[in-house]
Amino acid sequence: MPSILEIANLHVSIGEKEIVKGLSLTIKSGEIHAVMGPNGTGKSTLSKAIAGHPDYTVTGGDILLDGKSILQMEPDERARAGLFLAFQYPSEIPGVSIANFLRAAVQSHMGEGEELDATAYYKRLYQKMDLLKIDRKFTSRSVNEGFSGGEKKRCEILQMAMLEPKIAMMDETDSGLDIDALRIVSAGVNELRGPNLGVLLITHYQRLLNYIVPDYVHVMWDGRIVKSGDKSLALELESKGYDWVKKELVTA
Amino acid sequence: MQETDTTLLPADAATENPVVGIDQSAGNFSYDVKYEFDAGSGLSERVVEYISSVKKEAPWIREFRLNALKTFLSRPLPTHWATRDLETIDFSKIRYYLSSGQKPKRSWDEVPADIKRTFERLGIPEQERKFLAGVEAQFDSEAAYSNVKEAVSKQGVIFLNSSEALKEHPEIFRRWFGKVIPTGDNKFSALNSAVFSGGSFIYVPPGVKVAHPLQAYFRINAENFGQFERTLIIVDEGSEVTYMEGCTAPKFSTSTLHSAVVELVAMKGAKIQYITVQNWASNVFNLVTKRGLAHEASEIKWIDCNIGSRLTMKYPGVVLKGRKSRGEVISIALANDGQHQDTGAKMVHAADETTSNIIAKSISVGQGRSTYRGLVHIPKHLKGCKNNTECDALLINTNSRTDTYPAITVRGAANRSQHEASVSKVSEEQIFYMRQRGLTEGQAMSLSVNGFINDLARQFPMEYSVELKRLIDLEMEGSVG
Repeated sequence: MPSILEIANLHVSIGEKEIVKGLSLTIKSGEIHAVMGPNGTGKSTLSKAIAGHPDYTVTGGDILLDGKSILQMEPDERARAGLFLAFQYPSEIPGVSIANFLRAAVQSHMGEGEELDATAYYKRLYQKMDLLKIDRKFTSRSVNEGFSGGEKKRCEILQMAMLEPKIAMMDETDSGLDIDALRIVSAGVNELRGPNLGVLLITHYQRLLNYIVPDYVHVMWDGRIVKSGDKSLALELESKGYDWVKKELVTA
Repeated sequence: MQETDTTLLPADAATENPVVGIDQSAGNFSYDVKYEFDAGSGLSERVVEYISSVKKEAPWIREFRLNALKTFLSRPLPTHWATRDLETIDFSKIRYYLSSGQKPKRSWDEVPADIKRTFERLGIPEQERKFLAGVEAQFDSEAAYSNVKEAVSKQGVIFLNSSEALKEHPEIFRRWFGKVIPTGDNKFSALNSAVFSGGSFIYVPPGVKVAHPLQAYFRINAENFGQFERTLIIVDEGSEVTYMEGCTAPKFSTSTLHSAVVELVAMKGAKIQYITVQNWASNVFNLVTKRGLAHEASEIKWIDCNIGSRLTMKYPGVVLKGRKSRGEVISIALANDGQHQDTGAKMVHAADETTSNIIAKSISVGQGRSTYRGLVHIPKHLKGCKNNTECDALLINTNSRTDTYPAITVRGAANRSQHEASVSKVSEEQIFYMRQRGLTEGQAMSLSVNGFINDLARQFPMEYSVELKRLIDLEMEGSVG
């Protein structure tokens, strides 16, 4: 069943400070939306607020998943409803292996009374790891502990692959990656791309979009989307720079 | 002596208790048992004599008990360094001896049905019971069930409860009894020496490696009833044994006192591993003295996990008497609301080239308090001694508390010691990260805590590490609002 995430005139504050100031965006299954913009414009705040981070307060507007508001839902309820956030800075969980963490996460997505079948779980895990070209030994390591930037992002993509979300938000997935790591991670995302997944891709740089080609590009400035277009908008932005946004789009 | 007080103060004034409704139902049951012998409440010479006569003990034991009573009565509570909560123990209200009068059983079929039911509730799986090399399960003061597998006794291993061992093997018993931990070591070792009952006795003859761990399950089953086990394990030259001890206790409204004494003796080249997982009800005072004597090139390792109780004071120790002997303490403590885990280790180096290792991890939940006390002593005249001490504390809530009191005395240039300590708090970002993957806040906390102790938990035998994880899950269920 196709899904739809609707962000309607959303206002988000951290403490007293308003960061997102009336943002609207609709993402459907099968679509990749890139949100671009300079640092401090509210991109990460948008993704954290959608995921339900307790530090971010929604002061206006609504977020609907398949027509139903998620604002009253706990972060874990939102996750179980099919929202996934690939973190810019994923937390370390010392002493907890990726295999065990993922197992707990997969179990949490199952219905009450349903028991995870360990054999089937490992079979699926190894399948996804092969798909993402991840070494088998990787899953016995503690989650994100001592990982390189590339390993952290691959770990995020692996989790995304296992949890099969309806809508995935990817926050600066390209940050901290060298070109080889960027290629590998992007190839992973492209493997997961398909008619059942909608993606919100947050990035500062156009280069990620050479590897993950978006259907739509939105330019964010001061808590709002100021211009939307197709992938050519990203190239235009790249050549003209964010000054162009500031001068032409914001004042327009 | 270095002291650090690392209490994290509440972030705001609304310091309401974040830990409510902790599920301790795993230990919240008890069945009717008829007590054949009951020493009544309170402590006196008459009570001590009564215990000794019921047990039909030799005169030297009776004298030993009566002397211990005098020592106990003459000693003050150690409140000059320990918590004043000790003062709330009313020694006159405690019952010091109960017995169902049962002889230890040899086969499972002979075990009474209600006791079997208790075992079932404790969750000891059927195949585990069969797997156990020997079971010494203490039901109240006497062993209700004991089954030493033929293989073990064929090797010449003696595995009995202490009362039986006193009668059947007085020569071995008397040689080591009270030698590692003298009666007057502390007030509570004196109390135990006066009224001890039950506990295990193990003797492993030279050159015998006991393949399977020997186990004992302890359980308090009467209100106001203190348990005073006395365990003595002697492992002769070149032999090896692992002993496992686990406790869950029913929940009662009035305080109960548990004060055990455990003495280990490792002869030349012997290895002893002593494993404890305790989950006491939150009204139990658990004041235990545990120490091992390590002869030349022997190894003694304490793996100690304390969950529950109102107050636990326990510092397993090793006296490194022989050259190249090795002592180790692996300690895990979880202090939930209203609980104080005052735990640590003692390492007394008394010979050249001895090594000791202490790794202690504590978790404080809600208003729970954990205290680490460590004592390492390496005198100047020794050479080539090494100590490593690591203590890590994890705080779950903003009003959780931990204190560290490491006392490390290392004299002489030819000895080395290193000490590391850390205090961390479960971060909100980490919890959010896990919740974003679908875990509830409680599950996230639980996973985080299990991860914190994972490297130590792996040292437990499989069934214990599973039990430990289950206990932590139960404790953490109530830790979030």
